[in-house]
Amino acid sequence: MNIKKYIQDVFGAIQSLLKGMRVTGYYFLHPKEIITEQYPDNRDSLKLADRFKGEVVMLHDENNEHACTGCTACELACPNGTIKIITQFDITPEGKKKKALNTFVYHLELCTMCNLCVEACPTGAIVMAQNFEHSVYDRKQLTKTLNKPGSKLRAGIE
Amino acid sequence: MFSLESIKNTVQNWLQLHVGASMALVIESILLGILVIILFAVLGLVLVFMERKVSAVMQIRIGPNRVGPRGWLQTSADTLKLMLKEGLTPDGADKFLFNLAPFIIMIAAMLIMIPIAFAKNFQIWDINIGVLYISSVASVSVIAILMAGWSSNNKFSLLGAMRSGAQIISYELSAGISVITMVILTQSLSVNEIIASQENGWWIFKGHIPAIIAFIIFMIAVTAETNRAPFDLAEAESELTAGFHTEYSGMKFALFFLAEYINIFIVCAVASILFFGGWMPFHIGNWQTFNHIMDYIPSSIWFFGKTFLLIGLIMWFRWTFPRLRIDQLLNLEWKYLLPISLANMLLMTVIAILKWYL
Repeated sequence: MNIKKYIQDVFGAIQSLLKGMRVTGYYFLHPKEIITEQYPDNRDSLKLADRFKGEVVMLHDENNEHACTGCTACELACPNGTIKIITQFDITPEGKKKKALNTFVYHLELCTMCNLCVEACPTGAIVMAQNFEHSVYDRKQLTKTLNKPGSKLRAGIE
Repeated sequence: MFSLESIKNTVQNWLQLHVGASMALVIESILLGILVIILFAVLGLVLVFMERKVSAVMQIRIGPNRVGPRGWLQTSADTLKLMLKEGLTPDGADKFLFNLAPFIIMIAAMLIMIPIAFAKNFQIWDINIGVLYISSVASVSVIAILMAGWSSNNKFSLLGAMRSGAQIISYELSAGISVITMVILTQSLSVNEIIASQENGWWIFKGHIPAIIAFIIFMIAVTAETNRAPFDLAEAESELTAGFHTEYSGMKFALFFLAEYINIFIVCAVASILFFGGWMPFHIGNWQTFNHIMDYIPSSIWFFGKTFLLIGLIMWFRWTFPRLRIDQLLNLEWKYLLPISLANMLLMTVIAILKWYL
């Protein structure tokens, strides 16, 4: 080991250690940087990160219309069988048969919040919501139907 | 003005007047024992709480804040829990050594309290080899760690204890040499004389660069000696579950845990005595008025203030640096700290001979 490298090592080590201490020292002197959420206490003002994924929901507008065409792309994309889509055939005014959504079954207890269904959806019908308080007393309640009763496909979406 | 010295004198005079000189000595010894135990308990509670809060803020968390106002009773609740827990002794353990080890580590910590000066003229016993005594008794604690690791009859404990043995023996060298470096300046091993020699300024300012280098090396070495991160290979919870105290539970575990924090307090007290003048207020040369104003702050506050600042520094180390590997640990000691501290000692000797210090 040559002497120049030895001295360089010592000073380099001191420099990098001081750099690390500056980071923790900064946080120590700036307690307002604390990011802890005291959850049950601040339930009303809870602020979650934008990327937090809690459950899959289907968007409905004010006319109770959704954008799901029943294409089953999300069902195919789902890695663990969380989504089951039951389709039906509507008769269009021209008398043709057209595939449409009957029931969007979502098994929350199987979902890993991987976001693949949302990315697979060609029409942007489903999104990830931030609700995370999912505890229920009966497992059956975790099997949800995402399309609201009486909702139909928004006009113009193929 | 508040001072521990006057309280001590009052008690001493009262005892000598009422029970006679020899009986007074016995009662004083018992009182001192109780005081040391109380100090240990309070230090344990305060330091554990401080560590948890400091680590929390450094990691952008809040830390304990539920038990008592702002979480202040958290450590008391933990202590109560530990006292109510069962103190298990494993079947395959060497039962005598297993139960003895926690007491040895506490006795070693208690013995070091003897020469430490907590305030002006407030010291259990002013030994004329105080610093030597501290560094020799401090190395007794490695026996307790080895004892705990061996008698547990558990491979994690044994590995942790062996690592700890290698580590403490190595780092004691550079800690000792840093102490010697300062003793060269003070030309005395007595704690009281070392403090008295810093009346016109602390050694860290008077001793130029060698004193600063000695201080840095001392802080690194004592962090390793107290088995704290980044040198906590003896515990290494990610590798050895808990190292030498894996098999301990209840109050026996609490004694090891307490001893760690007591040792931190002790080494920081020694560092404050050697480099920052112990209870000596902040004096600058012969600025008489300034020195007088500083004297109005009680000496016990100076001592505990300095010690707690140094404890904060050691906690800062712990929550910043990653743990070293065992070969890196020994490299650091034998290839870097030891040669540097030897060269530093030589430099300090030259300075002391030429009287370049103030």
